[in-house]
Amino acid sequence: MSLIFISIPIGLVLVGIAVWAFFWAVRSGQYDDLDSPAYSVLSDEDDDKRKRDKDSR
Amino acid sequence: MNSQTACFHCGEPVPPDVSLQVMVDETPQPVCCSGCEAVAGMILGSGLDDFYRFRPEPTGRPEDPTLGEQDRYAGFDKPGTQQDFVYQSADGSCEAALLVEGLYCTACGWLIERSLQDAPGIREVRVNPATGRALLRWEPSTVRLSQLMAHMGRLGYRPHPVLPETMDSQATKERRSAMRRLIVAGLGMMQAMMFAVALYFGQYHGMDPEHAQFLRLVSMLVATPVVLYAGMPIFLGAFRDLRNLRPGMDVPVSLAIGTGYFASVWVTFTGGPEVYFDSISMFTFFLLVARYVEMAARHRANATNDALARLVPSTTTRLDADGAESEVPVRELVLGDRVLVRPGATIPADGEVLRGQGSVDESMLTGESDPQSRGPGSTVVGGSVNLSGSLEVRVDRLGQDTMVSHIGRLLRRAQAERPGLARLADTVARYFVTVVLFATATVFTIWWHVDPAMAFPVTLAMLVATCPCALSLATPTALAAGTNRMAASGLLVTRGDALETLARVNHVVLDKTGTLTEGRLGVVETRRLGDCSDEQALALAGALEYHSEHPLARAFPRDSSVVPAEQAETVRGAGVEGHVAGVRYRIGRPDWVAELAGIGVSEELGRGAWVALGNGDGLLAAYRVADRLRPDAAEAVAALQADGITIEIASGDAQSAVETVANRLNITRWQARMSPEDKLARLRQLQADGAVVLMVGDGINDAPVLAGANVSAALNEGTTLAQTSAAMVLLGGRLSRLGEGMGTARRTLRVIRQNLIMSASYNASMLPLAAMGLVPPWLAAIGMTLSSVVVVLNARRLGGRTRGGPPVPATGSPQQGVLQS
Repeated sequence: MSLIFISIPIGLVLVGIAVWAFFWAVRSGQYDDLDSPAYSVLSDEDDDKRKRDKDSR
Repeated sequence: MNSQTACFHCGEPVPPDVSLQVMVDETPQPVCCSGCEAVAGMILGSGLDDFYRFRPEPTGRPEDPTLGEQDRYAGFDKPGTQQDFVYQSADGSCEAALLVEGLYCTACGWLIERSLQDAPGIREVRVNPATGRALLRWEPSTVRLSQLMAHMGRLGYRPHPVLPETMDSQATKERRSAMRRLIVAGLGMMQAMMFAVALYFGQYHGMDPEHAQFLRLVSMLVATPVVLYAGMPIFLGAFRDLRNLRPGMDVPVSLAIGTGYFASVWVTFTGGPEVYFDSISMFTFFLLVARYVEMAARHRANATNDALARLVPSTTTRLDADGAESEVPVRELVLGDRVLVRPGATIPADGEVLRGQGSVDESMLTGESDPQSRGPGSTVVGGSVNLSGSLEVRVDRLGQDTMVSHIGRLLRRAQAERPGLARLADTVARYFVTVVLFATATVFTIWWHVDPAMAFPVTLAMLVATCPCALSLATPTALAAGTNRMAASGLLVTRGDALETLARVNHVVLDKTGTLTEGRLGVVETRRLGDCSDEQALALAGALEYHSEHPLARAFPRDSSVVPAEQAETVRGAGVEGHVAGVRYRIGRPDWVAELAGIGVSEELGRGAWVALGNGDGLLAAYRVADRLRPDAAEAVAALQADGITIEIASGDAQSAVETVANRLNITRWQARMSPEDKLARLRQLQADGAVVLMVGDGINDAPVLAGANVSAALNEGTTLAQTSAAMVLLGGRLSRLGEGMGTARRTLRVIRQNLIMSASYNASMLPLAAMGLVPPWLAAIGMTLSSVVVVLNARRLGGRTRGGPPVPATGSPQQGVLQS
């Protein structure tokens, strides 16, 4: 019994899971806006700053 | 541009007589009006100063804070209104979608999200700058919707609830379905190619036939959803084309995919030399990518068309026969109903004023910035805003018959008739496709007689090689990159063919009021007449004018907080009289003000509109009030002229006013007192003489000309209607962006030309080789992919490394970011 008869079906199952995961992401609106999430990375540290500002006030 | 200080918040020049400031990182920064002061203070106060670093463009000037934000939205708290657009979830929270005016960039979206997140009672805020929409989820027990909307209003963005019929769920559905197909095709393509590599190697190194057969079966398994699910729109498109007898690109493409797939299935089960699952998956994926790019551009264009729907309010106060008031949705109104329009409310439908006196802001429809006085017997237009005094209005025209819908219809028709690049591309494609199908059929017949075993692979290779994939990607990718580039520098392109035409423009026609000038009155000259400092005089003027709704009053920084004026009274046709610190003052018409001291106007004030300030002892100061030129108007005009472009002013204003502006800007061609028809006639004449005309305007009266010009730009402070009829929207009122935009458009067109030549020569050189059987289908598919990649990369060059590109966090002070733009 060759290995590919096992490994390829496993690969296909993984692809199936990937497709399902992507579909779920699309359905929950994660692909509706492809521009702004890129900037949220830049402002993460400011969350802490804001919290500190708030606490110190 | 640096000669005048720019407002830290809105970027407009700070009038020399205003000394308002906000503190940013311990440095005072100037702002131009109390509205900007309030917004900037609110943003900075909540620690959101990053907004000023990330935004690509100064924000629009906020609403006058004196107008009572909260009251404006109070109507949206009524259950009758809410049932239309608010969704109640099971856990008691409410959800609503809002269309947000002024939301153009990512930084704006970030600001709204951050600022609202901290509000009490908010469960979730999601803002999508691409569609201009915000989704709110809140606890109705803690906070009212009107409070949240007022919060957005205070930030300078005006929210409008989106009714189910205007919600673009259609577009969202289309986008999501395209995304799903793209994912299936992409993943399927990767798998199929992996197995294909194994099969090709197997052919050279010898492979167990059992393994080869297994790999073919698996390839079929992954290619089937790619073809049948992801490729479905292509097949449907081809079917539609054939039924209409207008073969487009879809026909040979679906022929290639369809025959390739079924032949491969046949080979898989009956045995044969080759399967093409990898080629067709890759092919499908690249076609879908091209379609996705196109669809995104189309959706952006449609979003602007929603703008008109925003004008009409969704509820109004109806007066019943017995005089009782009831709040009803606008669509429940019938002809002849009487409605009460309070100050600050939007007039729900066209009608006649029965009772009451007030001034109405019709600027959305007419571009006329001065409020219009309306009394019994005069007609009012739905969508305009009542500024002062309650009006009782009889409804005469509703829904489809109103002025707003009428203009909307006219526009849609004008837009539909617009000949575009797209139509030409379709025609070319039809001939191309017919020729390709004919050639392929001929080649197939010839090979069938020469070598039947080769007939099929050759035909398939031909169909794939002639696939106009790179050809069809050439234009949309370059257009998308060019459009993004221009949006980043402040020129929003809302219609696809705008870029193409903009590159060829040799004649620019400009409107004066609101385009070359700011379209808003301001103090341009101050003359000190009494023994009172300029600051004191201006504070007095502001305090008095605070009580006036007159357009001239808007030229002053209306503020009652410094020195409050008491017993203020507006005298029609004259000005305002009031007491400040016990002294009686007057502001308004010079002779009326001088009357207070019992003197005549001693000094000759000269031409223009003068407003005087005085008390019992005489005149204190006089101000000349006029519409100011935009700060960068001269620069922009000079740059365009240096480019060899003819500039012309077409204005509805008086001769002398136009002449002054033209002289100051060195424009030799100008015409005054033009009606919209005159403007259109002049435009037609220019076009008949062979000019490619760019029209720039802001008002409703400009709308027909904007729609009729080869390409047009509206200012984002202009009327909604002007923006809908124009192909581009100029953000921040910066005219200098026009010249830059033309440069980008020309570069875009050059890239498109390069792309078309590259892809066409690729197709042309591959065709004979494929016909002779020298190109196996897999090589044809790889060649096609490579040519597409080259085309996409070439288009990408338009996006990057130029100044003022996409928002990048500035390392310097935020002030710098405002000034350099």
